[in-house]
Amino acid sequence: MLQNLTLILPEMILFLGAMGLLMIGAFSKGDATRTVNLGAVAILALAAVTAGSFANNAQATAFSGAFVMDSFAALMKVLTFVATAIAIIMSQGFMKLEKLARFEYAVLLLLAAAGMGMMISANDLIALYMGIELQSLALYVVAAINRDSLRSTEAGLKYFVLGALSSGMLLYGASLIYGFSGSTNFVEIAAAFQPQDGVLPMAQVLGLVFLLAGLAFKISAVPFHMWTPDVYEGAPTSVTAFFASAPKLAGMAIFLRIMMTGFENALVAWQQIIILLAIASMVLGAFAAIGQQNIKRLMAYSSIGHMGFALVGFAAASEAGVASVILYMTLYVVMTLGTFACILSMRQDSGPVERISDLAGLSQTRPFMAFCLAVMMFSLAGIPPMAGFFGKLFVFRAAIDAGLYALSIIGVLASVVGAFYYLRIVKIMYLDAPADEVNEPMPRELSILAGVMTAFTLFFFIYPAPLVELADMAGAVLMQGGLTASGLLQDDVAGH
Amino acid sequence: MTDWPLLSTITFLPLLGALFILLVRGDEETIAANSRAVALWTTVVTLLLTLFMISRFDGSSAAFQFVERAAWLLPGIDYAMGVDGISVLFVLLTAALMPLCILASWHAIKLRVREYMLAFLVLETLMIGVFCAMDIVLFYLFFEGGLIPMFLIIGIWGGGRRIYASFKFFLYTLIGSVLMLLAILYMYWQTGTTFIPDLMAHGFDASVQTWLWLAFFASFAVKMPMWPVHTWLPDAHVEAPTAGSVILAGVLLKMGGYGFLRFSLPMFPIASDFFAPMVFAMSAIAIVYTSLIAFAQEDMKKLIAYSSVAHMGFVTMGIFSATTQGVQGAVFQMLSHGWISGALFLCVGVVYDRMHTREIAAYGGLANRMPIYAAVFMLFTMANVGLPGTSGFVGEFLTILGAFQVSTWTALFAASGVIFSAVYGLSLYRRVTFGQIEHEGLQQIADMDRREITIIAPLVAATLIFGFWPMPILELTAPSIDALIAAYQEALAAHFGGGQ
Repeated sequence: MLQNLTLILPEMILFLGAMGLLMIGAFSKGDATRTVNLGAVAILALAAVTAGSFANNAQATAFSGAFVMDSFAALMKVLTFVATAIAIIMSQGFMKLEKLARFEYAVLLLLAAAGMGMMISANDLIALYMGIELQSLALYVVAAINRDSLRSTEAGLKYFVLGALSSGMLLYGASLIYGFSGSTNFVEIAAAFQPQDGVLPMAQVLGLVFLLAGLAFKISAVPFHMWTPDVYEGAPTSVTAFFASAPKLAGMAIFLRIMMTGFENALVAWQQIIILLAIASMVLGAFAAIGQQNIKRLMAYSSIGHMGFALVGFAAASEAGVASVILYMTLYVVMTLGTFACILSMRQDSGPVERISDLAGLSQTRPFMAFCLAVMMFSLAGIPPMAGFFGKLFVFRAAIDAGLYALSIIGVLASVVGAFYYLRIVKIMYLDAPADEVNEPMPRELSILAGVMTAFTLFFFIYPAPLVELADMAGAVLMQGGLTASGLLQDDVAGH
Repeated sequence: MTDWPLLSTITFLPLLGALFILLVRGDEETIAANSRAVALWTTVVTLLLTLFMISRFDGSSAAFQFVERAAWLLPGIDYAMGVDGISVLFVLLTAALMPLCILASWHAIKLRVREYMLAFLVLETLMIGVFCAMDIVLFYLFFEGGLIPMFLIIGIWGGGRRIYASFKFFLYTLIGSVLMLLAILYMYWQTGTTFIPDLMAHGFDASVQTWLWLAFFASFAVKMPMWPVHTWLPDAHVEAPTAGSVILAGVLLKMGGYGFLRFSLPMFPIASDFFAPMVFAMSAIAIVYTSLIAFAQEDMKKLIAYSSVAHMGFVTMGIFSATTQGVQGAVFQMLSHGWISGALFLCVGVVYDRMHTREIAAYGGLANRMPIYAAVFMLFTMANVGLPGTSGFVGEFLTILGAFQVSTWTALFAASGVIFSAVYGLSLYRRVTFGQIEHEGLQQIADMDRREITIIAPLVAATLIFGFWPMPILELTAPSIDALIAAYQEALAAHFGGGQ
């Protein structure tokens, strides 16, 4: 029992911390938002450190195999928690100016982080569903946190309805899978999902497809992306920054784990679906972003496109592929947070501005902000020597190794189309005459964060080895963990 | 060899200068003046270091020299730098043109001087890196990275249609390169390394070579640029500021030819042999067709841009003739075109700075007011035409000689291109400099000043010296090119010999 608790220590810290902060917020006299925010950041940091301490441990499971902790989970949790903490720091000033500063926000984000931790470590369909729902419910609420705004509440409602639909699909798929395999545990599912003569029974494929659809919704892969632009645009910008980062990481992590461990034998069935999702996401993300006028909407399509690129590595279904997805998602989160640090600084005296044309001539009025945003744009476009290039390099390397040539060619061509709209932002900032729409200085915490992210993106190429090795290790653990687990059950500390 | 990483120093020194420029403080005037000075000194020191490097270069060896290698990205993808007889001169060309570009922008650029100098210094690092990289992923990094500063140079300091031109430049080049990236990844998968000498020695399957060759061709043909993917070049040239055009014509175009020599020919000899007729056809069309188009131009820069496409046709023809003369001629032609076309753009810049128009019809009779200019412009027009005694002649002659051994028809068309180039070149010169001054504005136009003469003098010297005495360049490149051709012939012999 004690070992069970050790493994879920990061999530415990988050849960207990969230409860404690809720009490502080509810019972303190006066406004406790700042205290709660600081507390939340500290708790997330503590949880990240705790999760990081598992980085080199062998795979261990808890609660009769429902919860798994390995270096893949440790790495993804650290990244998720750090991204959440950064999102809270970035929201502080913005929420205050928008008169949205409420202590519940940080508490909800902590709960969402706990849910994401659960997702990342889930080794069982029930645990997976619990994690996803805990995360989603918190996200539905924060999307609508600006409750007096029509757009924000609409975003929250839309997100909720579509999210409920996808959860329904996921649950239906899970019940079919349970029906055919007799278990909810990934390892046992893997044993039951054995294709005969290279084909799976139709009903099993059906369950798998429903499950895939539910998960694809969470990472907003086309054709399950419809909610993304509306929610990104409607939610307050600081909430969008969070939506675009940590939940995507966690969603991709559980997606990887369930496919690589639970359905490793059903590769023939899901690889084609992933390829299709990847192509659709990359192409739609690239083309649909071209016409956008609102920078948050543009970032929504951009994130759809980037999920497509990450899925290219996924489709390779190899160790190198998983490692490339991890690396890609890490770099994506850094670039997204860096970009949003700049978007959050787009303010006129009256309030936030969101049109891309408001950035006109920013390089002359706010050179630092323009530089950071330009680096992010080039990086998102995948132009070397920015970090984003290496993400693309690794996913395409995995795809080429796996012989997915057509997918790779479509992918690189989509990245050229995508480069057009990223370049457009650079053009507006550097080539157009100043419009002086953005006239507030960049808040200090945002400029520090943007500076750090920019420096990371710009200088990643000098010493990429540590991150590459971490991703390699995590990828190897996930793939080999799955292989050994399907052979014989081991390391189950809970015992039966 | 010393242990000091000389090539890395040369490559990254301009970045250090860029850092200094970032630190400059003061009012706008001070920043502009200091940025110019820092940029000039940085490029001059880089040039001196490059000259020092060349003085230590062993010209009798075909091997890579000043090699540096350190673990970088993945096993087999290293940070590897080195130069051989082919690349060393391109490093020199880049380093030599840069100070001239900075000087040419001294007064022409008044807006955002700091950013301008930053962009040029970053560009210099990336360009030198392209020619020094011994790892193909590293090469790609420098090759693609160069798009960013060039995009900004055209886009911010360019002419009226600068935005269209900068986007076209960026996207055209990018779409060619991403296919090359996939080919690089495939080669890495096959061989487990991206170290260029290892890849040269690998010997890919004949069927695979075809695809890899096409992917590389997509990138380099656009960069070169070859007909029919040359259309970005006239736009980019016309809109770019003078120094941008010089760098574009002088160095960036050479990356395409360099790529063919470094990758296509040695790594995919069978495919190169297979596709050579296609390349010959495209080269011949480029030479004849773009020469004719150049003749119809009303804009001086556009005319020179089209003539660049034609001259690059000689280069591709020479490279894929795969003969010693042809390849030597191609390398020589690239170097010589580097300074000749650079000088021509500078000549346009001289009158553009005074009159702010590039239209040929707006000039006429300049010889009356600007004797020095008329003489200089004549020299470079003649060099561009390929008059014996100028460096332009050597390259064209050698490439035609090389092509003649392989394909008489191509050589015939190419030789007729020389006549066409005389047609548009001489007519441009006549319309700009001869006759009476008819336009009011030209009555008071001043001749070249000391700064402009200083910029153009080294280019005049290079054109004449290497025109009469091309041996230093040919001797320096000979061992590497001989080794390249020998390996190429051997690979072909092995393939076709084994097939029978």
